[in-house]
Amino acid sequence: MRREGSAFNGLGVVMLKELADHLTSIRFIILELIVMLIAVGTVYVASQDIKQNVAEDPFLFLKFFAGSGEQQLLSFITWLTLLVPLMAIGLGFDAVNSEHNRHTLSRILSQPIYRDALLFGKFLGALMTLAIALVVLWLLVIGLGLLFIGIPPGGDEIARAFVFLLVTVVYAGVWLALAMLFSVLFRSAATAALVTLGLWLFLAFVWPILSSVLAVVIVPPDPRYAALGLQTPGTVVLQQFLARLSPSTLFGEIVLAILDPTTRALGPIYLSQLQGAVLGSPLPLGASVLIAWPQIVGLIATTIILFVIGYVVFQRQEVRA
Amino acid sequence: MSGDTVIEAKGLTKTYGQAVAVDHISFSVGRGEIFGLLGPNGAGKTTTILMLLGLTDISAGEVTVLGFNPAREPLSVKRRVGYMPDTVGFYDQLTAADNLRYTARLIGFRLNEREKRVGEALERVGLADSANHYVGTFSRGMRQRLGLAEILMKGAQIAILDEPTSGLDPHATSELLGIIRRFKAEGVSVLLSSHLLERVQSVCDRVALFSAGHIALMGTVSELGREVLGAGYVVDIEADGAGLAERLALIPGVSGVEPTGIGKLRLHADRDVRPEAAAEVVAMHGRLKYLGVQEPSLEAIYNHYFETKPDEAPKEGARHAA
Repeated sequence: MRREGSAFNGLGVVMLKELADHLTSIRFIILELIVMLIAVGTVYVASQDIKQNVAEDPFLFLKFFAGSGEQQLLSFITWLTLLVPLMAIGLGFDAVNSEHNRHTLSRILSQPIYRDALLFGKFLGALMTLAIALVVLWLLVIGLGLLFIGIPPGGDEIARAFVFLLVTVVYAGVWLALAMLFSVLFRSAATAALVTLGLWLFLAFVWPILSSVLAVVIVPPDPRYAALGLQTPGTVVLQQFLARLSPSTLFGEIVLAILDPTTRALGPIYLSQLQGAVLGSPLPLGASVLIAWPQIVGLIATTIILFVIGYVVFQRQEVRA
Repeated sequence: MSGDTVIEAKGLTKTYGQAVAVDHISFSVGRGEIFGLLGPNGAGKTTTILMLLGLTDISAGEVTVLGFNPAREPLSVKRRVGYMPDTVGFYDQLTAADNLRYTARLIGFRLNEREKRVGEALERVGLADSANHYVGTFSRGMRQRLGLAEILMKGAQIAILDEPTSGLDPHATSELLGIIRRFKAEGVSVLLSSHLLERVQSVCDRVALFSAGHIALMGTVSELGREVLGAGYVVDIEADGAGLAERLALIPGVSGVEPTGIGKLRLHADRDVRPEAAAEVVAMHGRLKYLGVQEPSLEAIYNHYFETKPDEAPKEGARHAA
């Protein structure tokens, strides 16, 4: 039997309300302040570096995003990898449980809308908030970059930077969907926030180390390769497979492919694959996107899966407090 | 379904795993009627309400609300029914008017109609002066009134109120009950639940007493009184005159007379014997100081019913509270 009416009844209303709530919240003001500081700080550091070292780089502008040389740790992308999950979790961790705790959920759901509209509207509202913050950050970096070095970016650079912006929004979506899933699962907002943050810390910092340890345990390195100073292919492949279970790894690989046009492959390369390649020469944007395509699809799929799990749990939940 | 019935439930059942929260209940609510679901916490009142709104699945049985099936056509039901949940919540960071505007947008009212309805509804519950105040500053009574304003704004044909008076001071309660009476005057049917029996007795046309998922008793308060308390009427009389007690005892229908103080008598009767009692006093040239009939109280009915049927008494802590 079909349900009456559209699942998207009221979706726009919920989305706009959430967007308005986020944009006027103290959280967002703090977020924007951090965004400002990061933009100014990283562009300044990058411009110092660029002036000294890489004046002839054809993709000079991308260095503002990717960073270069010994300043890598202070680069924009390092900060962004930290900031984006925190922003997303900050906006999503109390999405549903706060409605429960404020006793507004049953009242809102007694209006002629489905739960679908409420959950999806909340997701879209928060994602738009994140997108606005990221676009601001992106424009700031480009603008400040122009101010600091005075060289306008080329078309390919802008295109790459734009793809990078889109991917960052998708990456934010992953953490937002995760935070909202926990906001459905846990009635206490503090628990949801802590669990989401804990999972983020684990996936972003612990898992990359753990994955190499696990790979060595599961597929012990072959002493013949070790004697030649090489890594065992089986171990490396497994290590990479495990590491890619974390969205942080996927995002890092995409960024590497998009912002560094000389990136030819993500992961181990066999010598046969390098035949005829001119090492160090930049790839066209399409080819770079193609290299990172599986990772991009992976991030989108993760977002959808996490959202769907949250959706199913939310549909089956009792509305009473 | 007749044109005058707005809610019709037949064998409505809700189970959570092994636990039965609502067990085959049947009732109907007529147009413009105030119907009370009364009973202790955890007796199944809120679950029943959520089933009527399609907010929780129905395990068995049938229910129609304004001719719609809440499980299949929830949007049609929710468009016509206003619901105020137990401890209604609003967004504290928004003003009272903005909270209602959000609901109005969810319902789909256009801008002009939205502003008109929101303004009128706030006016009618006496919150017009606080329309632009943040709900965070509101007292509990004001929030409850805002909840009623939301139902008014919606133009609902049925108002479902879950524990509307719980936690309110007497003044706020009487204000709220006044607004609920006005619903009835406008032809809006009201279904309200409460565990505070004597509070809602005054507004309900008919009540259903819930106990452990069953409807133990249903009807008007005086019907229930006669059914449960037997010789339902208790008439108190204060008058002087020698031998009055003996003469009063001879009135047909009076089953007993007991003195309750100096010059005070209490008559137990199977009907309202006030006219005859007054006539007797006057015939004896006595002076009548007080004559009153005790309405059977719901509390007395409830307690008496479960004293006589202990096996049906609500078990404390048998299920989680509502």
